[in-house]
Amino acid sequence: MSFEKILFYILASITVITALRVITVKNPVHAALFLVLTFFSTAMIWILLEAEFLGIVLILVYVGAVMVLFLFVVMMIDVNMAPMREGFIRNLPVGVFVALVMIIELALVVGPSVFGLQSYPAPAPAPAGTNNTLALGQVLYTDFVYAFEIAAFILLVAIVAAIALSQRRRSDAKYQDAAAQAKVRREDRLRIVSMPAVKAVVESAEAVQSPEGGEKKA
Amino acid sequence: MEKVYLGIVLAPLIGSIIAGLFGRQIGRAGAHTVTIIGVAIAFILSVVAFNHIVLQGGEAFNGPVYTWMASDAFTFEVGFLVDRLTVMMMLVVTFVSLMVHIYTIGYMADDDGYQRFFSYISLFTFSMLMLVMANNFLQLFFGWEAVGLVSYLLIGFWYKRETAIFANLKAFLVNRVGDFGFLLGIAAVLMYTGTLDYADVFAKADDLAAIKLEIIPGIEWSLVSVIAILLFIGAMGKSAQVPLHVWLPDSMEGPTPISALIHAATMVTAGIFMVARMSPLYELSEAALSFVMIIGALTAFFMGLLGIIQNDIKRVVAYSTLSQLGYMTVALGASAYSAALFHLMTHAFFKALLFLAAGSVIIAMHHEQDIRKMGGLRKYMPITFWTFLIGSLALIGFPGFAGFFSKDAIIEAVHLSDIPGAGFAYLLVLAGVFVTAFYSFRMFFLVFFGKERFDTSGAHHGHGHDDHGHHHGGIPHESPWVVTVPLLFLAVPSLLIGYLTIEPLLFGDYLKGVIAVAPEHDVLARLGEHFTGAAGFMLHGLMTPAFWLAMAGVGLAYFIYMVKPGIADAVRRRFGFAYDTLDHAYGFDEFNNAVFAAGSRGLGRGLWRYFDLKMIDGWMVNGTANVIERAAMLVRRVQTGYLYHYAFVMIATLIGLMSWMILWR
Amino acid sequence: MIALSDYLILAAILFGISVAGIIINRKNILILLMAIELMLLAVNFNFVAFSHFLGDVNGQAFVFFVLTVAAAEAAIGLAILVVLFRNRRSINVDDITSMKG
Repeated sequence: MSFEKILFYILASITVITALRVITVKNPVHAALFLVLTFFSTAMIWILLEAEFLGIVLILVYVGAVMVLFLFVVMMIDVNMAPMREGFIRNLPVGVFVALVMIIELALVVGPSVFGLQSYPAPAPAPAGTNNTLALGQVLYTDFVYAFEIAAFILLVAIVAAIALSQRRRSDAKYQDAAAQAKVRREDRLRIVSMPAVKAVVESAEAVQSPEGGEKKA
Repeated sequence: MEKVYLGIVLAPLIGSIIAGLFGRQIGRAGAHTVTIIGVAIAFILSVVAFNHIVLQGGEAFNGPVYTWMASDAFTFEVGFLVDRLTVMMMLVVTFVSLMVHIYTIGYMADDDGYQRFFSYISLFTFSMLMLVMANNFLQLFFGWEAVGLVSYLLIGFWYKRETAIFANLKAFLVNRVGDFGFLLGIAAVLMYTGTLDYADVFAKADDLAAIKLEIIPGIEWSLVSVIAILLFIGAMGKSAQVPLHVWLPDSMEGPTPISALIHAATMVTAGIFMVARMSPLYELSEAALSFVMIIGALTAFFMGLLGIIQNDIKRVVAYSTLSQLGYMTVALGASAYSAALFHLMTHAFFKALLFLAAGSVIIAMHHEQDIRKMGGLRKYMPITFWTFLIGSLALIGFPGFAGFFSKDAIIEAVHLSDIPGAGFAYLLVLAGVFVTAFYSFRMFFLVFFGKERFDTSGAHHGHGHDDHGHHHGGIPHESPWVVTVPLLFLAVPSLLIGYLTIEPLLFGDYLKGVIAVAPEHDVLARLGEHFTGAAGFMLHGLMTPAFWLAMAGVGLAYFIYMVKPGIADAVRRRFGFAYDTLDHAYGFDEFNNAVFAAGSRGLGRGLWRYFDLKMIDGWMVNGTANVIERAAMLVRRVQTGYLYHYAFVMIATLIGLMSWMILWR
Repeated sequence: MIALSDYLILAAILFGISVAGIIINRKNILILLMAIELMLLAVNFNFVAFSHFLGDVNGQAFVFFVLTVAAAEAAIGLAILVVLFRNRRSINVDDITSMKG
């Protein structure tokens, strides 16, 4: 029973319990908070697995950004909580059954017989001073640079999409509609009228300003 | 010589095309000129061909002109076989056609479809020539069908008349029944010999004689008999033998020139020609010969009986044609092919003459065709009268005239034949002589002698035809020269050709090598033993029963219709049942209408209702749509709209897959 | 020592919990989205565990990308939710059935 093992079991149980609470609490805010806790313990386990960068990123990005976003939305949406509990008992057996079946099957597949210590011995702990970030960076910017660029692009698309979806337009805001601008036809803007020339009577010197011979209406 | 033969065939065709397509541009005169020139060229070239082959003993021509289609094992060619039989037919066809063309100038002078008519009769000439000059069954069939088609077009020439359309459809359909048998026969020939060429088929004829077929299990038939009878069924349709004769009387709806051309001289003789041409095959099957003879005899006698009670001048001549075709068929059945062909030739001339003369009478009577409304026309139309008399005498077989030689030869040949049924046939053809004489002279007396029964009070339109243009207060007068000159030209062969050609044709070498006769059937050879020349034949003829029967017929007709006219009506009343039977033409038309026509219509309707409406529209078209609709209604319930249903399905599928992988792998 | 299978079973449990969460939760789309986050987390777990035991850093690179996409997806999902709520005034899954066939 090494320290590592005890630590692992404690963290694992926290993860599982909080995950269960996420789906069973009434209050969505509580659920979000429980999810945060789940992420935290998961990050700890990952650090145990010597994936330090990812552990920290999980907390920074996932908890710090995504879960905060969740909390924003949960608190923004003013939901009436009482009717929400209705279907719970009815669906519980099915859900539990399905989940259990899945877990058991997965356990059979990935169980100790297949992935146990005989087949996959625990690796030696990495020497002190190994830079996980460096290793990740080295792989990320060389082998996976294309995927990296695309990931960045996906994030951009997500920003644009989220804004476009939820944006409300103010009725008094003036904006340009490029499509409508391109669709304009000559007939909509210009009307040529034929009129006979009218002889102007030149009475004073000031009238020199206007062209001789008449005025034309534009 | 090949060019000559091509010219014979193509000249009328070109004339027909020009008159047909450019009729309006070239006008009436142009149309008749171009077609008459075409047919005249064909006639002149036929004479040249006759000269070459018969008078100068040239080689018969048998060769392909054009290969139409070459498929796996068979080649279908257009080819000519020009031998003595062919040139005889060619002369007959082109001469009669030329006479009819000239005659038509007068007869159809007032008709709107003038150019169309000339185009059709030239087209007919082309088709008939293709038929007689064919050297293989396919071309024969082409000619066969083409003449049937043109006959259809011409019978229904006045297409606005309902009776004409009824008649032309009837002709076409009855012909089709015959053609069905014909086609089966040709197919059998092709199947068992592998070729359609006459020469090749005849060379293999003896091999065919050995083959036996079992069409109905258990009954064995000789292949040659089957083929011969099937081919004869085609001839029955085309040459109007009982029971496929029903179209010929109705075909009188067409204008008289075509009755003369098609339904007397040429198209209806195609069947006779075909059987004669196929003589090598027929000689091998006594069953077929017997069948042919009996059908012919039945037609000869019973159709003649029908001629007695007809009141339409053209119908009398039509039934007369049917009867004479029966005679020709009887001759074929007795293996006297030459006699049949001889009668074909003489009949062509005198029957065409009779039809055209009848036409002349019709014109004079302003298209009145009922002989009860004629009478005493002798003094108004002398040329018509004399030519009609010549034709009638030829028809009844008066010694010296053309018809006598051929008819008597047939009767004698049947008498000498010993094919089963010959005795019966002999009785019928002999009785037929009496009947023929009776009805022809009944017609003759009623039209040209006696009291004038026609309406002289002005325009009299008997048949709804357009305005004729000669209204002379109804008094008939002789027809114009374009009508009478052909009559005169046709009268000459009706007088002379029998006397001149009997010897070479029947007893000489004219058709040797062309017609094959088995020695045990060769009645003409036996007849030839007694033959002492044409004059001798004539004198002998004065002593035969046939002559006395004919004179009796004439005498009876004279007595009833000239001396005591009341007898006819009395007989009719007394023997009302017999009269009705004859009036309804033995009920053939009623039977055909009730059984075949109504049956086909009923079958069509039933099939339409069941297959078309119920099966195709109901089950296949609407049914498919309905099934799809119902399936879609079921399937759409999967789309519940509930998100968690969709998620659940995904998860369940996932679990299923995993289970499958774990447990069953 | 902790075997690879332990980590994998833990991930499986998390995955099962999230599936249960999807099925149970009919009334609140937010919980649904959170369950989806859990699912992604479970997958990431697998990657990291394998990466550790196989000594290959590519697994962790992959997690990086999954994280990115998950964040994008959460953002858009929440935006859709907000708009939906604006229109329907309800986040009850049972009410969103206009795609019913």
